[in-house]
Amino acid sequence: MAAKLGGALRTLRYLTTRPVSCRLIGTSPSVRCVHEDRPQFPGSKSKFTYKLSFLDPDEEAGIPVYRVMNSEGEMTEKSEDPKIDKTTVLKMYRDMTLLNSMDKILYESQRQGRISFYMTNFGEEATHIGSASALHPEDMVFGQYREAGVLMWRGFTLDQFINQCYGNTEDVGKGRQMPVHYGSQDLHFVTISSPLATQMPQASGAAYAFKRAQNGKCVICYFGEGAASEGDAHAAFNFAATLDCPVIFFCRNNGYAISTPTSDQYRGDGIASRGSGYGMLTIRVDGNDVFAVHNVTKEAREICVSHNRPVLIEAMTYRIGHHSTSDDSSMYRKKGEVVKFDTNNPIGRLRSYMVKQGWWNDDQENEWKEESKKMVMESFAKAEKRKKPNPTELFKDVYEEIPPHLQKQMDSLKEHLSKNEDKYPTQNYEAWSEH
Amino acid sequence: GDRVFNSPLSEQGIVAFGIGLAVGGATAIAEIQFADYIFPAFDQITNEAAKFRYRSGNLFDCGKLTIRTPCGAVGHGALYHSQSPEAFFAHIPGIKVVIPRGPYQAKGLLLSCIRDPNPCVFFEPKILYRGAIEEVPTKDYTLPLSQAEVVQEGNDVTLVGWGTQVHVLLEVAKIAQEKLGMSCEVIDLRTILPWDSDTICKSVVKTGRLLVAHEATHTMGFAAEIAATVQSECFLNLESPIERVCGYDTPFPHVFEPFYIPDQWKCLEGIKKLVNY
Repeated sequence: MAAKLGGALRTLRYLTTRPVSCRLIGTSPSVRCVHEDRPQFPGSKSKFTYKLSFLDPDEEAGIPVYRVMNSEGEMTEKSEDPKIDKTTVLKMYRDMTLLNSMDKILYESQRQGRISFYMTNFGEEATHIGSASALHPEDMVFGQYREAGVLMWRGFTLDQFINQCYGNTEDVGKGRQMPVHYGSQDLHFVTISSPLATQMPQASGAAYAFKRAQNGKCVICYFGEGAASEGDAHAAFNFAATLDCPVIFFCRNNGYAISTPTSDQYRGDGIASRGSGYGMLTIRVDGNDVFAVHNVTKEAREICVSHNRPVLIEAMTYRIGHHSTSDDSSMYRKKGEVVKFDTNNPIGRLRSYMVKQGWWNDDQENEWKEESKKMVMESFAKAEKRKKPNPTELFKDVYEEIPPHLQKQMDSLKEHLSKNEDKYPTQNYEAWSEH
Repeated sequence: GDRVFNSPLSEQGIVAFGIGLAVGGATAIAEIQFADYIFPAFDQITNEAAKFRYRSGNLFDCGKLTIRTPCGAVGHGALYHSQSPEAFFAHIPGIKVVIPRGPYQAKGLLLSCIRDPNPCVFFEPKILYRGAIEEVPTKDYTLPLSQAEVVQEGNDVTLVGWGTQVHVLLEVAKIAQEKLGMSCEVIDLRTILPWDSDTICKSVVKTGRLLVAHEATHTMGFAAEIAATVQSECFLNLESPIERVCGYDTPFPHVFEPFYIPDQWKCLEGIKKLVNY
């Protein structure tokens, strides 16, 4: 026994002094050391291979798409059913459809010249509601521009949405940005900016701050499959992974970046295939299945906050509407394609589920359609009548304080307006006030 | 096809790929969707494209590259669809920066940029896509780079602008003639870098008064460069300090755009200041 122990000790000493790695084999008390030649590079330590072959991405099957509910609203895998209660499911449905109603009306209002610009969320409502419902209300959201449903879930009111689109006195953004560039401090939704993917490495940073603050919160960062081509996306993933940031990267792969189809955007297996390249846990999900999105986001959140590591979710979906009011997608895709994908839309699917549960019927549908439309129109009418903010807001918030040179410029505008009042639409704005 | 194509969504990629195309011997015309989004490519433009010839001792160059991108106020573009970033690029030796004021100028200047053996950045004022209608010859023609154009002659005040602003200045010139009896010389700078200081100075020697206007922000806008040069070359010819009418030193606002832009009324006030000094 002592001799065998001595042998084991000798082996252990041998292991600590020799540079080559050793594979210990055998379960018997006598431990044998087989010298195995392993790569000793700082960058990677896997194994040697003596067969020359390239990893061929075309030989891999694509990463599978996790789904819970099929197109008919039936739970395919009972064990994956999140069994969300009726009240919550009804809220999910109402939020998705209210968003849909708001989108229809505001899109139309741009066409009528009432607001300057709009972007709809048609087809992607489940990506918003499914994910938002799985987060904590204080988890910080960095969005791109097609995530209004997240705000709606958290309680952003129709008034708040439409006031921002009008840029009126009630706009929390103070009339500075184009429509749909929402933000809410109360709802922990960082104000949207137009440049793509810029929010992504910011999300990594915010998550790191949360980790250090030990506040139990995570960050979620939404972006499209087009934005994922930006350099900022690479920075975001790599920083989050190397610095152990509790951030969920949620990609809405909706098939198009304005007119650029995914076939021109990437050659690999979507965005999900990149995740493990960065060392991130990754999953692909059916973005039109609100329950599947909910499940993966809930699990991703758990991973983030328990292990302080990022997670990549790629939600497969389809952009039913145009990119924005500045786009006419009939120029680059056939109507038949849109119609085909619309048959799988997330709203219809959830409705089928609800009907099967006995939680919804045609009467309720018609009633709700009318009511939601009425609610939107009421907010709309109010927003349209409100004035724009007083023009001094043009000069504020460039810095925390107004520097002297900017104060001078503000004074010069004031003077200019006093001499040329009739040349400017000052009647549409609140009166000049520097307080 | 393989001559005109979509690329993945990456401005740094688009410009760098364009530089590579040019180095590989192909004419490259890279489009950035909005000038507001050109900044990820700024490293490639300033550290690579602009310095390619110089750093290689003229062994290599990317002169076959032209970058074109829509710029400027459009009425509702706000922070990220309205910017005029020409001043950032004017600070880069090695590239050319060109801005047309209409369709006829656009064709001639763009063809010059494409054929110019230096990398060029061509800013297209987007409001003019619909706003300016002109007869454009179908035949081939070019317009010279680094040559300003006196669009309208005058004797009392020199007005300098580029792109959309030239039309504003022409409007102001009309008002100044009617209301102040002043005749204004309106000059379209056309090329921001390298810029034609001779034409501007020649005009200032004649009029003694200079107003430069641009949508871009006041501090370190390109008017500052023009003012510095003109006061140096034409100091004794100046009857009054040079006026700059520019965007305020803020991001470009959405609903406040009517108050923000250097419109004809602000330019008129500027002319009054020049004349009443």
